Amino acid sequence: MEILKIENLGKTFYLHDPEKIIHSCQNISFTLNQGEFIGIVGLSGAGKSTILKCIHRSYLPTEGNIYYESEAFGRINLATVSEREILYLRKYEIGYVSQFLNVMPRTTARQHVMNALLEMGVDAAQAKEEAEQMLSYFRLSENLWDVYPNTFSGGERLRLNLAAAMVRKPRFMLLDEPTASLDNKTKILVKDMLKKLKEKKTSMLGIFHDLEFMDGVCDRVYNISEGSFQ
Amino acid sequence: MNLQEKPVLKIQNLTVRYGDGCPECQNSLEKNRCSKCGTVWAANEVSLEVYPGEVLGIVGESGSGKSTLMKSLYFDFEPTSGSAYLQDYKNGEKNIWEASAAERRMIRNNLMGMVYQNPILGLRMDYSSASNIAEKIISAGSRNAGQMTERAKELLKAVEILTSRMGEAPKNFSGGMQQRVQISKALANNPSLLLLDEVTTGLDLSVQAKVLDLIRKIKAQYGISILLVSHDLAVIRMLADRTIVMLDGRIVESGLTDQVLEDPQHAYTQQLVHSLL
Repeated sequence: MEILKIENLGKTFYLHDPEKIIHSCQNISFTLNQGEFIGIVGLSGAGKSTILKCIHRSYLPTEGNIYYESEAFGRINLATVSEREILYLRKYEIGYVSQFLNVMPRTTARQHVMNALLEMGVDAAQAKEEAEQMLSYFRLSENLWDVYPNTFSGGERLRLNLAAAMVRKPRFMLLDEPTASLDNKTKILVKDMLKKLKEKKTSMLGIFHDLEFMDGVCDRVYNISEGSFQ
Repeated sequence: MNLQEKPVLKIQNLTVRYGDGCPECQNSLEKNRCSKCGTVWAANEVSLEVYPGEVLGIVGESGSGKSTLMKSLYFDFEPTSGSAYLQDYKNGEKNIWEASAAERRMIRNNLMGMVYQNPILGLRMDYSSASNIAEKIISAGSRNAGQMTERAKELLKAVEILTSRMGEAPKNFSGGMQQRVQISKALANNPSLLLLDEVTTGLDLSVQAKVLDLIRKIKAQYGISILLVSHDLAVIRMLADRTIVMLDGRIVESGLTDQVLEDPQHAYTQQLVHSLL
């Protein structure tokens, strides 16, 4: 079953000062099936993150359609649905993971993962239990659970981001260069975790720098150059 | 999250004008002042909706109309025109700006809570913290002293003020503590809408973090809707689900908070985002 179908997606940035038009990506079309993992590679500035951000609606697409098969709403176009629907999908269906940490100040790792569930209306006791399970699953050392994550290493931050996203059990994950700046040992760990998510039938679209990483985990790989698939 | 739910608050075409206006006003505005007649349009046809459990952020430079909007809602200002509907007031069918004086008091005391940037506007500085909370509860009709004391304790505990200090007047407290007492007072009657006007401005970073964490907890625990005015984009990014951008009394852009901050469309929003340190 198709979970995502992108037709002629394009994104252009209009900068008022200095007056400038920047074409970031154009004519991007592909489909993603349920449980499938597609990787996108390309040089910095090629437009990889733009595609992911348009799907997540952090960017407003300029052209094209992004059809998503939602559990709650059926087939919808993410390029045009209401902000309220997007907020719902981000909470219950679509996860987004990057290498960057975005936590409330003075929030511990455990609380950060719990908050993702509390926002969904899960009670505190259950949120705590599920958060701890997820932190263990992503092998974040237990003595870091009550620490503020701004002191974490790149690998620890990524594992925390994965835990906070996955605790909501999304059916579709967007991975925005999650392995950038990780050492090889941590990359292997992340790869192993992504395989586990795939076994759980989570559909994934990820941006990665190295082809080697994607070998054995991605079903298909697209190469993007100057805003278009090659 | 139920997408069928009606908005907790709906504002349509709010306009606050200082001056009589003239037929040329809308075409002769220099920022928000008419160059022909000198009328200042502090809020100009502002419309928005806030949904249950949602935090709506409002950003904009000083004088853009943010506080005018908040104070009009809380009946501190009388708008020139426009309408506002609260779901908890007559099922969202009557304009609150047409309510009688008694109804306005009820709306202000029971249905909304306001936290001002300056605690002097929201607190009686010489009364004890508990009395400040009790005053709000009494305004809503309760006269049971025991219940009021219990409620004051519960609320002060929620905002991390030691109950042993509930007898002290806010004038003896730090700025961050005063803000937290204001928040507890605003929550006293379980309002469905909380208005937060620059609540973290002027607080040092660690106190700011405490207030932010408190607002996040209030959102999660009470499911309350929040209208959050701030010129601090980091605060907006942390707390707001959606954000509107105001300039010269008008809304110039609105959208999902991350979209407004990462892919701003309006020239002013782009300038604002690019000015971030």
